[in-house]
Amino acid sequence: MNARFSPGDRVRVREWYPPGHVRTPYYVRGKRGEIERVCGTFNNPERLAYGRADDPKMLYRVRFTQDEVWGRSERPGDTIDIEIYEHWLEPEV
Amino acid sequence: MSDDHDHPHHPEHHLASTYHEKLTAAVIELLAEKRVLSPAQITESIDIMDARGPSLGAKVVARAWVDPEFKKRLLADGSKACKELGIDVGSLKLVVVENTPQAHNVIVCTLCSCYPKMLLGIPPAWYKTKAYRSRTAREPRKVLREFGLEVDDKVAVRVHDSTADMRYLVLPMRPAATEGWSEEKLAELVTRDAMIGVAQANEPIAV
Repeated sequence: MNARFSPGDRVRVREWYPPGHVRTPYYVRGKRGEIERVCGTFNNPERLAYGRADDPKMLYRVRFTQDEVWGRSERPGDTIDIEIYEHWLEPEV
Repeated sequence: MSDDHDHPHHPEHHLASTYHEKLTAAVIELLAEKRVLSPAQITESIDIMDARGPSLGAKVVARAWVDPEFKKRLLADGSKACKELGIDVGSLKLVVVENTPQAHNVIVCTLCSCYPKMLLGIPPAWYKTKAYRSRTAREPRKVLREFGLEVDDKVAVRVHDSTADMRYLVLPMRPAATEGWSEEKLAELVTRDAMIGVAQANEPIAV
């Protein structure tokens, strides 16, 4: 499986709210960040949670600034890295 | 479930009170009754988990402190590097994040309580609390201060939210005045909290 994004790419997390076992935290939906690394291919937890190991997805670590996520920070430049599956990411426009 | 089952009783088995405790007890009984898992296998798995503790992680950190080539491999692929030391971290991928004079790392799981159990054992109770999980994402410096760790403003704080298939270990900075120390001696300075990122490694004086 080819990775759509590479380290350093700017991305935005999709702002959608599907039901079920979703591993994308609410606090980061719609936020912009940068690909920190490509983690490899893993089963989509949204299907795996229901016993269906049939939907491999590329997984990334995405780095966000605290300012972007919360609109404030304890110190500019502090960050939070989060693992996000490819179908949750789109290129930043 | 029948009452004449022949597996050994866990002491807390019939004291289950909350919904999830009852569910756990029921699933364990069903797995045994349907012979999917034997009670001995369940006990064995619990024993293996109980036997794991921070000394495994400390061994990895001490090796990285004395062997720069190992450190490079550890940062590139944590799972693979641990195998060199005979530590199998299982199917989850280990990501090791390095503290430097420029950046301090801290680990949290905001969605549940993902933790590198294969290297640190069972997580401390505070790691699973809502307060730690929500506040570390939002105000890490304040949380670290409450743990007794003041991070200088010149140092970036990097939070790692363990949301999916990775597990994280912080590689703390090697304390000063430990030149020439053996790996075994260095490992004694590496605490569980230092590998979660809520503390630094101990100073030699504290040992």
